[in-house]
Amino acid sequence: MYKFIWLVPLLPLAGAAINGIFGRWLRFPEKLVGGIAVGTVALSFLISVAAIYSYGFGGNGLWPNPYVSTQTAFTWIPGGAVKQTLGQAAPGSGEAKTISIANQPVTVPAARSSLLNIEWSYQLDPLSAIFMLIVNGVGLCIFVFATGYMHDDPGFYRFFAYMGLFMFSMLVLVMGSNFVMMFVGWEGVGLCSYLLIGYYFNRNEAANASRKAFITNRIGDFGFILAIFGIIATFGTAQYTQVMPQAASYPIEMLGNWGLMSWIALGLMIGACGKSAQFPLHVWLPDAMAGPTPVSALIHAATMVTAGLYMLTRTNVIFQHSQTMMLVVAVIGAFTAIFAATIGITQNDIKKVLAYSTVSQLGFMFLACGVGAFVIGIFHVMTHAFFKALMFLGAGSVIHGMHHEQDMRRMGGLRKYMPYTYFAFMAGWLAICGIIPFSGFWSKDEILWRTASTNHIPVGWLLWIVGTIAATCTAFYMTRLMAMTFWGKYRGDDGKEARGDDHTRGKHEHHPHVPHESPKSMWVPLVVLAILATVGGFVGISTAFTGGKEVGGKLNIVTWLSPVIWNPSTKAFGAEPGEAPAETPAQTIRAGAPINIERQAEGGLPYGDTGFNLAHAVEAKLGSETATEWVFIVISLIVAGIGIGLGLLFYVKDTRLADVWAARLAPLYRASYHKYWIDEFYGWAVTRRTMDLARGVFNFDAKVVDGGVNGAAWLTRLSSKITGGTDKYFVDGLVNAIADFVVRLMSPIVRAAQTGLTANYALVMVIGLLLAVAYYLVKMF
Amino acid sequence: MTQLSPLCLLLLQETSGGRIAHAIEGVKHPDLSKFLVIAAILFIIGVAGVLTRRNLLVIFMSIELILNAANLNFIAFSRYLQDTGTGNPMAGQIFTVFIIVVAAAEAAVGLGIVIALYRNRETIWIDEIDLMKW
Repeated sequence: MYKFIWLVPLLPLAGAAINGIFGRWLRFPEKLVGGIAVGTVALSFLISVAAIYSYGFGGNGLWPNPYVSTQTAFTWIPGGAVKQTLGQAAPGSGEAKTISIANQPVTVPAARSSLLNIEWSYQLDPLSAIFMLIVNGVGLCIFVFATGYMHDDPGFYRFFAYMGLFMFSMLVLVMGSNFVMMFVGWEGVGLCSYLLIGYYFNRNEAANASRKAFITNRIGDFGFILAIFGIIATFGTAQYTQVMPQAASYPIEMLGNWGLMSWIALGLMIGACGKSAQFPLHVWLPDAMAGPTPVSALIHAATMVTAGLYMLTRTNVIFQHSQTMMLVVAVIGAFTAIFAATIGITQNDIKKVLAYSTVSQLGFMFLACGVGAFVIGIFHVMTHAFFKALMFLGAGSVIHGMHHEQDMRRMGGLRKYMPYTYFAFMAGWLAICGIIPFSGFWSKDEILWRTASTNHIPVGWLLWIVGTIAATCTAFYMTRLMAMTFWGKYRGDDGKEARGDDHTRGKHEHHPHVPHESPKSMWVPLVVLAILATVGGFVGISTAFTGGKEVGGKLNIVTWLSPVIWNPSTKAFGAEPGEAPAETPAQTIRAGAPINIERQAEGGLPYGDTGFNLAHAVEAKLGSETATEWVFIVISLIVAGIGIGLGLLFYVKDTRLADVWAARLAPLYRASYHKYWIDEFYGWAVTRRTMDLARGVFNFDAKVVDGGVNGAAWLTRLSSKITGGTDKYFVDGLVNAIADFVVRLMSPIVRAAQTGLTANYALVMVIGLLLAVAYYLVKMF
Repeated sequence: MTQLSPLCLLLLQETSGGRIAHAIEGVKHPDLSKFLVIAAILFIIGVAGVLTRRNLLVIFMSIELILNAANLNFIAFSRYLQDTGTGNPMAGQIFTVFIIVVAAAEAAVGLGIVIALYRNRETIWIDEIDLMKW
């Protein structure tokens, strides 16, 4: 079945092509457009489920080896074969060979089977399988939702054409078998993001936001493409299956050593920062909320922004070879997590809050990758896709129900009007806050635990503190969002609640000011996602709950993904059978540095001494790893409780408290409310400077270049005047004088021939005739 | 000529070597030079008329003479070629017919010009028509 995965990206593309080309031309009704779009995505989802089942669990499943669809592939960018001029080393044998030329031994380098043949083929492996399920599964829910949300929109067909194109690009990104295909998908999703953010192109802010997103992404893409060049130059191929084993054989570059792997990882990290909205390049994501809400859910929460995480995990071999870049990833992730979370506290637009929440959660994922827990990063991608898509769709439902009102200060009390949305949203809220047993708890707690216990980088304890504070902020602002939106009293325009009674669902034109529940096509996906957000976390259940072992076999995400992850301790891919991957070995340890030295001596610590380690310190006190994990679980539950409690206190119990504290902490409040003036700073430092530069260049062009051109023109005109005058008065004068002289001289003679008498002319003719005949006769005799 | 040939043969037999036979020989094979001389005389008369006469109508007539001289030449050569059999004898006769047609057309145009000229200038004396002078 997994031989049919090439259909998975192709079907949404076909749907998009039909909708995009014929939708307007043949005036497709909404039902047909929606049916084509949802149908193709659903079919694609079914195929991917069947393919992944047969790949991982079927009788002849290939797991843990990747499946590359070479049977149905073609060479997309042919580079030609390397010509072997010396010796007979077989192409692809991969071994250097010594041959004899003129009785001298010559070492022939290992032959490469090809110079650079980039093929268009799809790869099915544990990582791409998870992403296929996320993209298709969450995408399907969002497509169904969008058929309801975009109802009566004049650009209905256009919306679904773009969405289908996005699905295709995203699937190419995650299913491609080489870096160049990943880049194609990468750019494709960037393009679709641009198109969909600017979907309401007649609104200025949407147009600006789409441009901002595109340009910011270009900066990241620049780094990414440099990294791809680096990879191709280093390994001679872009195919994952060939790059990864080669990369694994490189030596690890410790902190401060800056080698080839670090350069490549830096480029990849810049790309990931751009796409996943990490700190210096995060500015586009909140603005991207100008697009329709399903777009925000699909592209800017669940799938596209996690492409950076996909790339980081895909290239985890390279990252794990550079301790410096691991630290950079972790620090950027942790900083972004707390930075965006603090902004989220003060925003009033419901979608802006969710956008900053997304940035913050992406920061958590980067933190996980940075501390070496790539699997947990992907786990958080998955749970985040569930609960954040749910919350965005819930926000979309609210906005729909509120007749396109996004300001939370005008909401409130919507629980009564929108029960389905409310309960679905509640599941998302509990998940993102990290309440056991909702999905967010499992992934976020695991991230914090791995941060505290990391052996990959130093200052893990500091990052843990930052991450814990960010988690508290998350719980606080999400509680605030819940309280302002669903609880309390309705604060709509006229404040009349009673009019909701005679309200008919779906005919909101008649009651423009009363919120209402959304149609079935919108709340059913919400319920599906709510169920996923509730139970989805069990695929990565913490080992503290299961007696220190990964349970569930391949259904456990840690076991499932382990073949993709390079293990720096064993210098091999995947974990040894029967042992938890990347876990600290159970042994008696003491706090601080000496432990690490002990472990390093045993070969268990490839990154050497990473300084103070919080988890190890606690473990030394308690003497048991499971107990230590329980301590951290309890801590993260407590901070989530604190966040929720503060939120309830500020926005439910005493709503005046929020204003009071905002006034007390006015400088902090203003900084947060204005997003730390990052946009203003970029506007001043980048946009204005670019404009200055443009103006300077324009002035240079206008004054210097144009001046030169105009001067040359003036000079030409001057010289032409001189030569023209010479020609007119001197040359022409001479010619005229000569002509006049000749005329005066010759005309009395010549004009005598013109008598005007016909007979004379005839006579001349006759004489000429006679002369001709005479000449002829004379010649003859 | 073929229908007459029995008669001619009879005459030949009766007066062999006499004047009749000579005349018949002259008809069967006419002397080319005589026709050419007559044509040359006609041509010279025509040219002289064109050069010397002042009346436009007379000049026209002289042109006709020139054309007829040419016609006569054509006919003579045609007959000559018929005798010798070294060329297509019909060509000359066809040319003559063409020339007669062209001459008729030319006369029509020319007389039209003469009438127009007379209406404008009230003269057909060509020494008075000297507008082509410088």
